Amino acid sequence: MKTLLAELRLVLRLFQADVTHNRKRIALTVIAIGWGTLSIVMLLSFGEGLRRSFYTNTRGMGVGIAVVWPGATTRPWAGLPAGRNIQFTDEDAELLAARIPEIDGVSREYATRRGVTVGEKTINARVRGVDARFGAMRNITPQAGGRFLNERDIEEKRRVVVLGDELAQDLFGSQDVVGRTVQIQQSTFTVVGVAIPKTMMGMYSGPDKGQATIPATTYKSMWTDHKMSNLIYRPLTPELGDQAKAQIYRILGGRYRFDPDDLRALGVWDTRRNQQITDNIALGIQMFLGLIGALTLFVGGMGVANIMYAVVQERTREIGLKMALGAKARQVMAPFVVEALMMTAMGGLLGTFVSLTIITGIGLIPVQDDALAFLGKPTFSLPIAAATALILGSVGALAGFFPARHAAAVQPAVSLRYE
Amino acid sequence: MTAEQPLIELQGVRKVYSTGRLEVEALRGIDLDVHRNEYVAIVGPSGSGKSTLMNILGCLDTPSAGRYTLGGETVGGLDRNRLAEIRNRHIGFVFQNFNLLPYASALENVELPLLFAGVSARERHERAAAMLERVDLANRMDHKPTELSGGQMQRVAIARALVNRPTILLADEPTGNLDSASGKAIVSLFEELHAAGQTIVLITHDAGIARLANRVVRVQDGTIVEDVRAAA
Ligand SMILES: Nc1ncnc2c1ncn2[C@@H]1O[C@H](COP(=O)(O)OP(=O)(O)OP(=O)(O)O)[C@@H](O)[C@H]1O
Ligand SMILES: [Mg+2]
Repeated sequence: MKTLLAELRLVLRLFQADVTHNRKRIALTVIAIGWGTLSIVMLLSFGEGLRRSFYTNTRGMGVGIAVVWPGATTRPWAGLPAGRNIQFTDEDAELLAARIPEIDGVSREYATRRGVTVGEKTINARVRGVDARFGAMRNITPQAGGRFLNERDIEEKRRVVVLGDELAQDLFGSQDVVGRTVQIQQSTFTVVGVAIPKTMMGMYSGPDKGQATIPATTYKSMWTDHKMSNLIYRPLTPELGDQAKAQIYRILGGRYRFDPDDLRALGVWDTRRNQQITDNIALGIQMFLGLIGALTLFVGGMGVANIMYAVVQERTREIGLKMALGAKARQVMAPFVVEALMMTAMGGLLGTFVSLTIITGIGLIPVQDDALAFLGKPTFSLPIAAATALILGSVGALAGFFPARHAAAVQPAVSLRYE
Repeated sequence: MTAEQPLIELQGVRKVYSTGRLEVEALRGIDLDVHRNEYVAIVGPSGSGKSTLMNILGCLDTPSAGRYTLGGETVGGLDRNRLAEIRNRHIGFVFQNFNLLPYASALENVELPLLFAGVSARERHERAAAMLERVDLANRMDHKPTELSGGQMQRVAIARALVNRPTILLADEPTGNLDSASGKAIVSLFEELHAAGQTIVLITHDAGIARLANRVVRVQDGTIVEDVRAAA
């Protein structure tokens, strides 16, 4: 390739000659490549933003957790008829946590809608009684200055509450309300924390931002008649999810006398599945977007190839001359490939520059809009840069290679015939 | 001279061009030997097959039939890259219409064959410059072809043909596009080269030029009708 390097100066000169000759056509082609690059970078970056926001948002409800609701039996079992309702007790939570090594933690969740009052204002919100670990499991993070419920809150049945960000805003007109009090059905609760805003792609019984969370023990002491809504648990690792689920059916089946294979006796939602599916969908969308971008770029590549074919046509005599002087096939081809690569590189730089400008511009818009929070902002990344460069490189190389092969097939005797 | 193996040996060489329905037999059985340091002029009417013959001698084209041996190597059946190598090492072409690259300087034009031979930039430069001096163009090295006269362009082309020290210099009507004064300068350059040992095959219409060669081969209708060696 020593000769290729040596000939680069000549190639640059040739390219210059082509540019002055075909100024308009080359400008259009470079713009087409630029447009293709713009679309591929934008689409991939948009897909990347979407993927990341999907990733975060599917985990808004918690990472790898599962929710268990009591159901009703559908089969007779151990002499008992079908159609019995199952009901959870506090001991169930302890038992599952103690007996199933595949489980990392369990939290109870009692819940009903109650009036939550601040001064004159009452909002009918979902009030839930949970354990201390609920916050970490369900990805409820307190804003600065506040905290989630702790073990002592549970033990001492404290009248403390963690508010969802929207509920705090609606009640107080502010989220900076740690230490203030709210009334929940004539009882006074102290606000110990307000959750940071988050977007949730999966949820049950409404988003966390509108809920009030209090200790399970406090909840039970206030409303004795009430039944547990559900349990949540987290398998130690995602791979242990199915095993943990089977164990829950077995243990609760033994306790409440239902067939461990009677799936309707319990409702189990293993969010890990959804997370995997959503991750795959997001990746699929990104790949699809990338494919569309690549096709656009491909069309630009056709333009380059087209120009290069015309250039080969114009230069057949020169090609024949080079052959007469002893140029081998690759020495004839190299300039055309290099020229196509140069055009592609110019368009690629143009497109990347414009894309990065746009992406930076969108990045400056503050995220308030729900749609933007859900879809995410277009995000440029190293793999995107690598993928774009790879596609550009192959498009350029192909756009140069085929015309160059055409050039190498020139018959020197014919092209040099004196006209 | 006869004992020595000829540089060029053509035996029964034919060339048929098929253009659609029509077949043109441009060469109909050529037998020709050219020895080292010969200066051969090929003459003949237009369309007689002179350029076709030169293309075959220069390995730009291959015979349809017959045998061509160049410096002991049979050319038929070689692949394109090997033929390119032979052209690069053994053949120097001079064309009627110069065929210089318009965007390159005289020096760069002369460097081309060395570039394809993979010669280093410095050596390329030195050898090309020396060759341009040899054809009296030392002061025109950086000129583009459009900035040169016809005679000067042809001298650049001759420098280019000679720069890789070819075994044979092949020239097809090198004076055809030149005024008589420039043409004479080219012809005397050829004589100098021949005197210095260069083997030359020259195609010309000009009987005056042909007379200066030490052998005149007359082609007509694709066959050699006369082959006259000048008495030395
Ligand atoms: N590539 C080609 N395809 C078809 N026919 C060709 C081709 N090249 C040459 N011929 C034909 O072959 C014959 C010989 O052509 P050639 O160019 O060798 O003649 P020439 O002696 O060089 O003529 P001139 O003195 O006019 O240059 C002519 O009839 C020509 O038309
Ligand atoms: Mg001719």
